[in-house]
Amino acid sequence: MDRVKNSEGRKVEGRLEASSTGTVERAGPERESLVRAAEAMDDGRPALKVDGLTKRFPRPEGKRHGFWRRRPRFAALAAVTFAVERGEIFGLIGMNGSGKSTLIRIVSTLLVPDEGQVKVFGVDVEGEPARVRELINRVAVDAAFFKVLSGSENLRYAARLYGLAPRVARERYDGLLTRIGFDPKRLGDQVKSLSRGERQKVAATRALMSAPALLLLDEPTTGLDPRSKREVQRVIREMRDEAGTTVLLTTHDMEEAERLCDRVGILHEGRIVTIGTPAELGERAGGRSRTLEDAFLKFTGAEWLGEENGG
Amino acid sequence: MSIKVRALREIWCSIGFAERNFMLVKRYAGWEAVFLTYTIVSALTIGLIGVATGDQRLVLYLVVGAVLWGYLSILFHEVSECIAWERWEGTLEYTFMAPVKRFTQLMGNALYAITYGLGRAGVQLLVCALFFGISLAGANFLAAAVVLVISSLPFLGLGLACAVLPLLSRERGSQATHIFQALILLVSGVYYDVSVLPAWLRPFSVVSPATYTLRAMRAAVLDGVGVAALGKELLILVLSGVVLIPLGFACFVLGERWAKRTGKLKIEG
Ligand SMILES: Nc1ncnc2c1ncn2[C@@H]1O[C@H](COP(=O)(O)OP(=O)(O)OP(=O)(O)O)[C@@H](O)[C@H]1O
Ligand SMILES: [Mg+2]
Repeated sequence: MDRVKNSEGRKVEGRLEASSTGTVERAGPERESLVRAAEAMDDGRPALKVDGLTKRFPRPEGKRHGFWRRRPRFAALAAVTFAVERGEIFGLIGMNGSGKSTLIRIVSTLLVPDEGQVKVFGVDVEGEPARVRELINRVAVDAAFFKVLSGSENLRYAARLYGLAPRVARERYDGLLTRIGFDPKRLGDQVKSLSRGERQKVAATRALMSAPALLLLDEPTTGLDPRSKREVQRVIREMRDEAGTTVLLTTHDMEEAERLCDRVGILHEGRIVTIGTPAELGERAGGRSRTLEDAFLKFTGAEWLGEENGG
Repeated sequence: MSIKVRALREIWCSIGFAERNFMLVKRYAGWEAVFLTYTIVSALTIGLIGVATGDQRLVLYLVVGAVLWGYLSILFHEVSECIAWERWEGTLEYTFMAPVKRFTQLMGNALYAITYGLGRAGVQLLVCALFFGISLAGANFLAAAVVLVISSLPFLGLGLACAVLPLLSRERGSQATHIFQALILLVSGVYYDVSVLPAWLRPFSVVSPATYTLRAMRAAVLDGVGVAALGKELLILVLSGVVLIPLGFACFVLGERWAKRTGKLKIEG
């Protein structure tokens, strides 16, 4: 298989520190082993490189002028540029409709960019989508299942799609489900009878069991209770630490972004307005005590004026 | 990956699609029973028209038409609706993102459609044979089987072309597919010889692959004609399959590309 080897020889124990230029830097012997491993894996190209990415959609309220003319369009993504290093957990935050899911769809080869380039481990998503699909998996907000089939039937089907032998798949998903607090015995139930959070856990398991080199998580913990959220977050971190999985994550939970992400980019109206570690973003929002939420509010428009205005 | 490993993996995947569809059939067993009953009853009522005329040959003629049409429409329907249906379930994006060739996915659905269609048509035929006390002693079963297999090809091609329509337009795609199917029923001589069609409709019967399928099948079952004597019909069916499968697949690929450009794959989120 020409799948990028992402597991063996790759242990990232500490936290990756990102410099303001966006490159990942680590100190000491760990850094050396990291570099060696990266060289062994490939030629050190970033896990994800997004370059001048633009995507336009028709304006929903737009009227067609004349039958043949196109409806007026707006840019859901406008010249977005950033890179995610191997083994990094990169967070995208932004308001509803800012373009996060659109970006994830483009990386998962479900949408074609209008302009710009996206490369996953150096492979172009538009030029070689089939090779990109070997490297990725995605958890979407809406856990998509055949709802009348049971959890295990859905997982077995997914295993086929990703070329996993049933026995291997079973071992993996049983282990993963137990780790994120879902009793594998409930896999016999039809998915429609599972709660939203339970479905989300099965969806996360389905993506993780294929051991993707790049894991795309679109609001993976939305709808989970605080404990389950922690459990899913822990598994994501362990995947990175043990298998070197690179993660691109969107979330509306600032605490989650702070806890999980090495770096965060804030997307606003289709543009990346700032990128940095959660701590750096807090500083950019106006001081050491500032949080990611302050940064979010600052960079996604006028600062929250409610309190200053006295109500 | 070597070619052999790759091929094995694609086969493995296409079995996965077929297996998934059968699991779904099992879950909807109640509806399956309803549809099966309905198709059996409709074949019986049509056969009874033959009984009323007292012409035993006509009974068989009608039953062959009903059963064969049942098979072909299942085949066409299952393949042409496989995308619409995943979209309705909400799994379309998930399937399209998986490392599976589109051809494999569609062939997996075709594999399912053929086995499922054969199963249902087989039951229908069995019930009809018992009900009407039909004797198939004079039939050439080998020729009938060959006709069945070969006539599947053009219908798969047509199904592939129609499968992408729901990506272009959510409802109109399905509507167009149903109208298309109804027109084939009209012009292909399912229950009558195409010579009874009004002159302006007859050209359509010439381009419908179902016309040749029905003609060949009736010759094999009613008159015991062998494969060699059916050469002309079989050749037309093979050729139309050879043209229609790549053409249908090309339509699909173009439609998919367009849908990915305009964002039509997405349902919500
Ligand atoms: N397939 C599509 N067709 C038309 N418009 C779309 C499509 N996908 C997204 N859009 C529009 O693009 C904009 C960005 O949508 P997107 O789903 O990327 O936002 P998001 O950041 O994920 O929002 P949320 O936080 O609510 O999930 C929205 O205005 C949306 O209506
Ligand atoms: Mg979204």
